[in-house]
Amino acid sequence: MAFGDVVFWLFAAIAVLPAFLILISRSIVRMAFLLLFSLAGFAGLYLQLGAGFVGFTQVMVYIGGILILFLFGVMLTQRSDIPVRPKAGPALVIPGLLAGASALAALVFIAAQCPWKPAAPLTAPPADASRQIGLELLSTYVLPFEAVSILLLVAMVGATYIARVQAPGETEDGMGDAGKESAAG
Amino acid sequence: MTALQSLVTVLAQAQPATTADSGSVGLTHYLVVSAIVFSLGIMIIITRRNAIALLMGLELLLNSAALNFVAFGKFMTPGKVDGQIVALFLIVIAAAEASLALALTLNIFNRLNTIDVDEARSLKG
Repeated sequence: MAFGDVVFWLFAAIAVLPAFLILISRSIVRMAFLLLFSLAGFAGLYLQLGAGFVGFTQVMVYIGGILILFLFGVMLTQRSDIPVRPKAGPALVIPGLLAGASALAALVFIAAQCPWKPAAPLTAPPADASRQIGLELLSTYVLPFEAVSILLLVAMVGATYIARVQAPGETEDGMGDAGKESAAG
Repeated sequence: MTALQSLVTVLAQAQPATTADSGSVGLTHYLVVSAIVFSLGIMIIITRRNAIALLMGLELLLNSAALNFVAFGKFMTPGKVDGQIVALFLIVIAAAEASLALALTLNIFNRLNTIDVDEARSLKG
């Protein structure tokens, strides 16, 4: 077995096994940390595919950003006096397993059956892939690039607005009770 | 920095074989890994009622899609980076989605004192 294959199986295991453990884990904190390993496995797969820039972006954005956000979300929404809801009942588990198994069967069937034909013979990936990504982002993909940056800005502003702590007396439309009364009157 | 560079060098040597001999890891392997994680994400989304656990399932779905894009870009369009660019867009969209969804979760928790998605149905009348 070639060295590349060993690396692939290693990272594939790191990506898949924690995802499975998330499914059966009961503790939300443990799930967050298992997600870290799964995302790291994906980052390794990107590196192994020759997509170094995507791999390191994955580490920085997902593991450094989104996962921290998740941990904050977990910490801010845990309250010891609320009983942790027990295991999901069969009314949820059976459809869930059915949906997952059918999705898996369909995707694996397509992946195995379709004769994928590459557009060009396989070559070694370009050594300056990051440079190429930068050039493409600011030429061919400049419109999606700008659109996605506006999307990110809007999402950040919206998230800050939604998550703000409402001052006492403040109502949903931003006016105080007094302002609302005078507006209604 | 040198550690990072050596890591990149080692992993770059570990790339899938450029010749299509049947025994080595190819496109189908990546597609199957992505399909497994995708189905696990679907199962997590359906079976979990905790809003944050749902979001974790969603992140797994987005990641498996991104892995498909990178793998297809590598094997179907060699020498081009379009697949990687789509994967980058996916990561950005996942960041936007996660921040918004967690803000909503915090707001729901402040109002209803729970993040069980079955309890958050005030709009249902």
